[in-house]
Amino acid sequence: MIRSATTLGKDLIGLEPLSREQIEVILDTAEPFKEISERRIKKVPVLRGKTIVNLFFEASTRTRISFEFAEKRLSADTVNIGAVGSSVSKGETLVDTARNLEAMRIDMVVMRHWSAGAASFLAARIPSNVINAGDGAHEHPTQGLLDILTLRDHFGRLEGLKVCIVGDVLHSRVARSNIFGLVTLGAKVAVCGPRTLLPAGIEDLGVRVFGRVEEAIEWADALNVLRLQLERMQDGFVPSLREYNRVFGVSHERLEWAPRELLILHPGPMNRGVEIDSDVADGPHSVILRQVTNGVAIRMAVLYLLAGGSPDLAEAAKSGKGVRP
Amino acid sequence: MRRLLIRGGRVIDPGAGTDQAADVLIEDGRIVAVAPSLAPDGAGIVDARGLVVAPGFVDPHAHLCEPGWEHRETIATGALAAAAGGYTTVCAMPDTDPVVDDPASVGFIVAAGRRARGARVYPAAAVSVGRKGEQLTEFGEVVEAGAVAVTDVGRSIRSSKLMRLALEYALAFDVPVLAQPEDADLARGGVMHEGVMSTRLGLRGKPAAAEEIGAARDLALAEATGGRLHLQRVSTAAAADLLRRARERGVRVTAEVTPHHLLLSHELVAGYGTEFKVDPPLRTPHDIEVLCAALEDGTIDSIATDHAPRTYDEKEQAFDDAPFGVVGFETAFAILHTRLVLEGRIALPTLLARMSTGPAVAMGLPGGSLGPGERADLVLIDPLAEWTIDAAAFLSKCRNTPFGGIQVKGRVMRTLVDGDTVWKVPAETH
Repeated sequence: MIRSATTLGKDLIGLEPLSREQIEVILDTAEPFKEISERRIKKVPVLRGKTIVNLFFEASTRTRISFEFAEKRLSADTVNIGAVGSSVSKGETLVDTARNLEAMRIDMVVMRHWSAGAASFLAARIPSNVINAGDGAHEHPTQGLLDILTLRDHFGRLEGLKVCIVGDVLHSRVARSNIFGLVTLGAKVAVCGPRTLLPAGIEDLGVRVFGRVEEAIEWADALNVLRLQLERMQDGFVPSLREYNRVFGVSHERLEWAPRELLILHPGPMNRGVEIDSDVADGPHSVILRQVTNGVAIRMAVLYLLAGGSPDLAEAAKSGKGVRP
Repeated sequence: MRRLLIRGGRVIDPGAGTDQAADVLIEDGRIVAVAPSLAPDGAGIVDARGLVVAPGFVDPHAHLCEPGWEHRETIATGALAAAAGGYTTVCAMPDTDPVVDDPASVGFIVAAGRRARGARVYPAAAVSVGRKGEQLTEFGEVVEAGAVAVTDVGRSIRSSKLMRLALEYALAFDVPVLAQPEDADLARGGVMHEGVMSTRLGLRGKPAAAEEIGAARDLALAEATGGRLHLQRVSTAAAADLLRRARERGVRVTAEVTPHHLLLSHELVAGYGTEFKVDPPLRTPHDIEVLCAALEDGTIDSIATDHAPRTYDEKEQAFDDAPFGVVGFETAFAILHTRLVLEGRIALPTLLARMSTGPAVAMGLPGGSLGPGERADLVLIDPLAEWTIDAAAFLSKCRNTPFGGIQVKGRVMRTLVDGDTVWKVPAETH
């Protein structure tokens, strides 16, 4: 079956609006792209001649570099724009920034912005493809996808898989993208953390809530451990990082109580000794670095599909043999 | 002597509780008689056959943005836009730049209001100097200069002690204290209603409890002081319930609700449309149910537009970054008539009462009645006129409405202030 090349539409704003088939197409398309990063010459001509702007209003290291590698390994021309030192810091509006880029004839924008909804706002106003690289506390769809790909790699299935997201769900776009994507794919999803860091009505998104990390460990097949930002303590959401680690930290001792071996994910950057202990992060069940590797493949898949590439031709496209979107 | 006969209309006077086919005779800007088949005796004639004749609307809560925000609205454009919506009286909120908190700035609003064509403009002055919530303004002086109420509009007075003092001190001047019921700490940073929708969208929510707590405090202080409290922009079922119980105990309180809080729920924010970014935020369908019932039974006596013009550029931003507010004058009656009256939620005379008599009483202003001797501030409405709300046609300087493009039934055809027609529906659209 040849799946539609326009499966995803113009943009990737989040996983919430995507169907199960759409998410599976992205995951499946990422498979052949994984191998490119293992080659000696890590470059294929799939996006040759395409211009991509990485527009990062918020600081980012991992996501920005991961996108940049994905773009470069697909032979796209890329420009990076950060908020500092650009026209954005001179008061230019988001729309004007985008329209100016558009006037230079670009093909895609990868954007991170501090405001929830900024990605869909931009996507509605420019004809280029827009990929959301994180908008406020809303979604971070490529992170959700790479987490899901990593789970699928390990377990071979997602249906019925029990995944618990641990920590600051309230402020986390990673948590939302994981919840939307995993629920759509038939996984069982839970969240665990102090109630101060779980948003109102979270149960209505189809997730269970665990108040204690021990309960989550007993239940889950995999834990996705979120970063606890230091500001959360200053804002009073948790009384101290020390207590957070004692009560909610994922430690080796706690994991020993698990009835089965738990896979450990973390979207990074980690606060070692706060939400996760080093012996867990570096332990045998951690796939944290595997997530980072998968991130490049997922982003290649998303770029390729949004550029109009056919999912069934991704393998052929890698070799550059006459198949370009 | 200037005489005018408004002939053949359905005259609804919520002040008197009458609803009859009658003529209205006006002399020198005052109503002299309301009765069937009055003789014209040389008076000018306005043909009101097929129209409803009612007291002009009174808006207890509008932002005319002058001084300081003239790119959004001026007193002149605001007064005319209000008249186009059937309003003959508006209370101008003091959150201008500078804040209306002294006799000179009150005098500026009064003078600019007199020069403006359209609705009468009455200033409200700030409760605290600079709306900072620290020191009371000179109520006596601002009232003498023409302020009809005091309010730190849009900001709840954080100090319960200051709120108590304001309610007590205002008693000497018999003006209401208009208060936004909200626990500021609990609501801080929220841009929409806190619930599953804010969770889905990743936007910070204002919990309903913040309004409930604010309302409970303000009502307790009104009860303790005997002060005259008016709750602004009630948006939650919980606050409406507290209000109902306070009224039953005899607490001296009035309250307002906006058309958007009566009609729109937080689910509309799903697409991050900034035309749905209002403060307090749009709430749940349950809140809407309770607010409509409270409006119907009089627990909430007033409809306020909270007319808050924002320019295209200001609203053309990501949701978090855009300002709160919608314009309201030119849509309030038509949308409420369409969605509440025609759908059988409230009767037309009740809607008219909440848009005129209720707020006139709450603000202590003339209006809301068609009795002999009253100022001839009137609105003529065609209850059958079908039209489409077209923001581009607004007389307001701004177009930030959540109701653009909606088909409505019921239209303000003419607005009279002191018996003079200050606005009439353009001929080509009628």
